[in-house]
Amino acid sequence: MKIKFTFWRAVFAVIMIAGMYSTYVRYFHGLGASTNMTDQFPWGFWIGFDCLCGVMLAAGGFCIVGAVYLFNVESLHSVVRPAVLTAFLGYLLFIVGLLFDLGRPWFIWHQLIYMNPHSVMFEVGMCVMTYTTVLFFEFLPNVFERFNLRQPIKWIKRIYPVLIVLGILLSTLHQSSLGSLYLIMPSKLHPFWYSPALPFFFFGSAVAVGLAMTIFESTQSAKAMGRHLESKVLVQLGGALLVALWMNALLRLEDYWHRDMLRQILKPGYEAYFLWVELLLAFVIPITMLSFKKVRLSPQGLYLASIISLLGFITNRLNVALIGFETFVGHHYVPKWTEFSVTLMIIAMGFFLFAVAVRYLPIFPAQEHAVVQTVRQPVAGPALGEAVLNAGD
Amino acid sequence: MSKAILYDATMCIGCKQCESACAQQNSLPYNDSVAAEPVQSAHKWTVVLTKDDKFMRRLCMHCEKPACASACPVGALHKTKPGPVVYDVWKCIGCRYCMVACPFSQPKYEWGSLNPRVRKCIMCPDRLAAGKQTACAEICPTGATKFGDRDDLLREARERIRQNPGTYLDRIYGYNEVGGTSVLILSSQKVEDYGYPASAKIGDTPLPEYTGRVMERVPDFIPVWTLVLGGIYWISHRREEVAAAEAEEEQAKKTQNGGAR
Ligand code: SF4
Ligand code: SF4
Repeated sequence: MKIKFTFWRAVFAVIMIAGMYSTYVRYFHGLGASTNMTDQFPWGFWIGFDCLCGVMLAAGGFCIVGAVYLFNVESLHSVVRPAVLTAFLGYLLFIVGLLFDLGRPWFIWHQLIYMNPHSVMFEVGMCVMTYTTVLFFEFLPNVFERFNLRQPIKWIKRIYPVLIVLGILLSTLHQSSLGSLYLIMPSKLHPFWYSPALPFFFFGSAVAVGLAMTIFESTQSAKAMGRHLESKVLVQLGGALLVALWMNALLRLEDYWHRDMLRQILKPGYEAYFLWVELLLAFVIPITMLSFKKVRLSPQGLYLASIISLLGFITNRLNVALIGFETFVGHHYVPKWTEFSVTLMIIAMGFFLFAVAVRYLPIFPAQEHAVVQTVRQPVAGPALGEAVLNAGD
Repeated sequence: MSKAILYDATMCIGCKQCESACAQQNSLPYNDSVAAEPVQSAHKWTVVLTKDDKFMRRLCMHCEKPACASACPVGALHKTKPGPVVYDVWKCIGCRYCMVACPFSQPKYEWGSLNPRVRKCIMCPDRLAAGKQTACAEICPTGATKFGDRDDLLREARERIRQNPGTYLDRIYGYNEVGGTSVLILSSQKVEDYGYPASAKIGDTPLPEYTGRVMERVPDFIPVWTLVLGGIYWISHRREEVAAAEAEEEQAKKTQNGGAR
């Protein structure tokens, strides 16, 4: 334990130092020096991963909140708080990522005064801004509870229905709009990924990822904190994940069929390889796994299946953002190490903040779980070790 | 009436005076090495490309329905009545959506700058306002780049094709592409060989329509979806309340019974 802990601490330190250096390069030498973006490739890894994947990975918040508060899935109650925390941190870090990627981040607030309602980017920006505020309020009770402030909790409770409805509304809008961003580029994005149905794909994958992410994160935190794993919750999430994956897969299939692409996607080629990896990881493997009852009932199996599908959907977003443009541009784009390093730093920050929050706030309070008795061991050891072990943004 | 530029590649002699006039007009650096650069960039808004003994000019097309302008979240780019698509740097946040959205990949970026700007041909809006033609059209010694009313130029282009059907391909690039542009190109070569996107690929539909179709649903979607979500919330919590009330009644009865006994 001790060795492991020091090892992770070292990794964390290396990531932070490298990230700090890259941050310096970004802000003192510009985007050209810190990234491999060019006039031909104006959107790179930061948009592909930090923004598209980041927002997708934070979708657990609205999925779980929706399931619990709209559809009364009581058993998921125990994962609402970690899911909201993940979402809140995820969006905060997404904004941090944006501050790196924008050429003039100091004018980000222009969004509020110079509005162009025709722009999809404008809609995404507004929704993300508002939703982050909503998440902040959904997260606040944790802090109030920690300090035993009864009155403010009551206020928040009163506006909770508004927060819930608003949160889901905004999520529906911007998760799908991230896909709509690409609708304006029919001639640029490869037909494997350009589809009029992009907004539906982006929304659908966000729901699936939200579920997978919740499984991943509950298992991780349980492991790290020695909590008893609530397998009933996991099994339920696993079932929902299977349904969501099927829906996504059918939607994609229908789209390829509709656009007469089925033969093309089977033909080997540069884009096809990436598409195959994506489809295998996102759909074929996890759906096959989850179809076995044995897997669906085992925490290990669920954990593995959800990780594989997460990797699949991440591949999907990177394909849309990067690989799908290479044929049009005529050359490859490989991110510079500083781009990776900034992203890693942001992720590490996410892990760290999550661990700190879990440690000091009642994110996993024992009394929350009326159904299953959870044994919450006293959190031993510094938060840093858990930081890396725990779930991330 | 909206203005336009007609570029006739068959009349171009590749002197690159338009490049230098553009640089001067927009205070961009220009010397032999810039002249030799065969690509557009933040400091080279227009380029004259050479292939064998043929030439082709590239510049922002000043689309009638510009994708860049519809994409920009802060409205830093917009189409002006006289034709130019102009850029207000003070609004720009540097998201570069305009660059990815433009079918002709025209907006370029100052990658080396710490306060970067988007750069592209802006069709000399100040000169136009003063009733002058663009710098490139004014300097062109052969009339290959010609400035005028879009309708007049279209008529003239058609006339040129009609009179010299052997010289020209029967096509005015920009007439219908992405809904029409304010730069029109006549040529004996396929423009696609010089990096222009194929007409079939970009189509006649203004690109903003693709996103517009979705965006115009949003104002209706918001109240409907809010009602649906709110309704579901109300129903599911109504049930809860009823259950709670019933439980209370039950409880009350029990205690009553208990008290009676
Ligand atoms: S060519 Fe590109 S930059 Fe120029 S107006 Fe059209 S969309 Fe905008
Ligand atoms: S980079 Fe500037 S001009 Fe281009 S879309 Fe973004 S804010 Fe608008």
